[in-house]
Amino acid sequence: MTKPLTQRPNPEKLLRHVEAEEERSRRGRLKVFLGYSSGVGKSLRMLSEGRRRHERGEDVVVGATQPSSSPEAREVLQKLEVIPLRVVNGQPTMDVETVLHRHPQVCLVDGLAYDNPPGSRNAKRWQDVEDLLQNGISVVTSVNLQYIEDRRELVEKIRGKSATQTIPESFLRMADEIELVDAPAESCLLHSPELARGSGATEEQKRLSELRGVALLLTADVVEHRLEEYLRRNGISQTWGTQERFLVWVTPWADASAMIASGKRNAERFHGEIYVAHLAEPDLDPTEQTVLRKNLECAEKAGARVVALDGVDEVDAVLQFAREHSITQIFVGHGARGALWQRIFGGTLDRIIRESDGLDVRVFPL
Amino acid sequence: MSEPIPRGQLKIYLGYAAGVGKTYRMLEDAHALSRTGVDVVVGYFEPHGRKDTIAIAAGLEIIPRRKVEYRGLMFEEMDTPAILRRKPEVCVVDEFPHSNVPGSERGKRWEDVETLLEAGIDVFTTMNVQHLESLNDQVWQFTGVRVRETIPDWVVQSAGEVVMVDLPPDALLNRLRRGAIYPMERARQATQNFFRESSLEALRELALRQTAYEVDLRSEQEAQRAALRTPAGNTTEGGDRPPTDKILICVSDDPATAAVIRRGRRVADYLQADCVAVYVQPGNGSSPLPAAKREAVEQHLNFARSLHIDVRLIQGDDVARSLVDFARLNQVTHIFMTRTEKAPWLRMFHRNLVQRVAQLADDMQVTIVSKRGLARTPQVETTG
Repeated sequence: MTKPLTQRPNPEKLLRHVEAEEERSRRGRLKVFLGYSSGVGKSLRMLSEGRRRHERGEDVVVGATQPSSSPEAREVLQKLEVIPLRVVNGQPTMDVETVLHRHPQVCLVDGLAYDNPPGSRNAKRWQDVEDLLQNGISVVTSVNLQYIEDRRELVEKIRGKSATQTIPESFLRMADEIELVDAPAESCLLHSPELARGSGATEEQKRLSELRGVALLLTADVVEHRLEEYLRRNGISQTWGTQERFLVWVTPWADASAMIASGKRNAERFHGEIYVAHLAEPDLDPTEQTVLRKNLECAEKAGARVVALDGVDEVDAVLQFAREHSITQIFVGHGARGALWQRIFGGTLDRIIRESDGLDVRVFPL
Repeated sequence: MSEPIPRGQLKIYLGYAAGVGKTYRMLEDAHALSRTGVDVVVGYFEPHGRKDTIAIAAGLEIIPRRKVEYRGLMFEEMDTPAILRRKPEVCVVDEFPHSNVPGSERGKRWEDVETLLEAGIDVFTTMNVQHLESLNDQVWQFTGVRVRETIPDWVVQSAGEVVMVDLPPDALLNRLRRGAIYPMERARQATQNFFRESSLEALRELALRQTAYEVDLRSEQEAQRAALRTPAGNTTEGGDRPPTDKILICVSDDPATAAVIRRGRRVADYLQADCVAVYVQPGNGSSPLPAAKREAVEQHLNFARSLHIDVRLIQGDDVARSLVDFARLNQVTHIFMTRTEKAPWLRMFHRNLVQRVAQLADDMQVTIVSKRGLARTPQVETTG
């Protein structure tokens, strides 16, 4: 049985948390529907949520819609109060002043990544949304993964074209709620008949599937971040293992390149993370220094996060780090001969195995 | 001879808790298909008294349930023979992980669904991520709930499509408080296990990551099929194929073996590795195993088989040596074992097995699957 690793939250942190909560309670709440492509049904889901809230008695208005809405979406729109778009320099944009003046409880804003025409209140629609939130208006909005700034490079690589209108991922991460709108790639193809035909269809379906994976994992990261916050706030530090995280432990005594390569491959296959840790030891002879340096170079090249652990007891240091970083698998090398074997297996490895509740230990021949 | 019927396609609506809207979304899609002229019926539907769900089922043909008597009580199950006779193009089947009442033709609803698929019927179904066999230990670890109704991972992998039905936990808890998911008394009980906010976030994350895996898997399978269709495919791709892994799971009577089997299966799936479970029987020289231990081994082997793991029995008095010899002969790259809690005076012996396997298998990786602890009192899942 694991010890419930409960710590008392520190009072200063608690105070900061209460202040942050107060600040939040004055702000409107932001809910984001995230989809990986057009055609997954984000707008309709957003509008349906608006209608349900309206039916439950909340004061809901529509601040911005997309011109190309489906018949179902138009049906919902008829039941809601719509604030007409304003035309600036011949281009439509959300009428923020009117929404602020009307001051509803909830404002629906479709197409979060929209660029406002020059001469508007803000350059970007997400900045308009920020204004609404600061004035205590809750916003329900929809966004396409392809317009998230921080994922742009990845998305461009998949799609082969670039998005000019973008929103920062941090804006998405501060949302009170994020809901993923998932659908098979095929159903998005149905919305672009010209792509659904011919030899391009398979390629397009492949691209859509990749984007779908990115959207799912992005949402999973946001959820994980929240879960960590929640656990931290409640003083729980237990490994939950919802994401695979690999810790490769290297020493100055053996070449760990094979072990690091395996860690990298495992992390890729699981969409997990990889850390490479070693004990900070000041008194190494030149040979040991070289071995360790090579191991760490190899780790850097593999894209691992390299950490030097301090500690009198190496097992305690490694396991403590593993628990703090929600590691699920520790990779440890052993040599099968002589003194090395004694050093590793005589105590260290055996102790890691015995004391690693909640973590798998993978032993590598070195 | 008639042509063999092409197998129906399975579509799974994956969620992370009751009330996220799986059934609703599935029925919405069923309606949309039905409007385009596809012959859709509802084979089994569980409204749970939820207003919205009942409303959206209206207008679809529902195959009446079959009444089954068990120990003097009447139960209702999906009428698989009636669906086969009706032979629709698409059949909607709620609650994929359901266990049928004892005495039913098949033990599990997912087995009934297999029958429908074999008859060429496409099936839409719903399940939560916590019912996936390979996640059973993890889910128990952070919810305290040991889910009994599980689905082997290969069944989900064989589906044509897995779609995530997402809903933020805040919204879900609101629904629960409004009494929209369970009657109020059950709603209060529910907040004790799965519906704790932290459990919900964790389950949701698992569901998102699982769906991402399922999407990846299908893309890779598609790419492999495409490579086979291209005659030159083999030569161009031959260079950077990843090394092939082969995982061996060491089976014993130790109850922790079940967790090792799940973990080994999951890692094998993610690494696209072959997987074999091996039990070393005591050789002729040793006394036979006591009945209880033999039964435990048998259970573990059957469990491995149910997850489509190849099972092998070998003989030998030296367990470590027999295991490693077998592994080397079969190009195993990776051994999975348990770490057992033994009394300190017995630990010496057990340490020897793990230690000796690691020492002998000096050309393989050895994973010691951890004991997963629980910070709370364990409880058995409430039904439905």
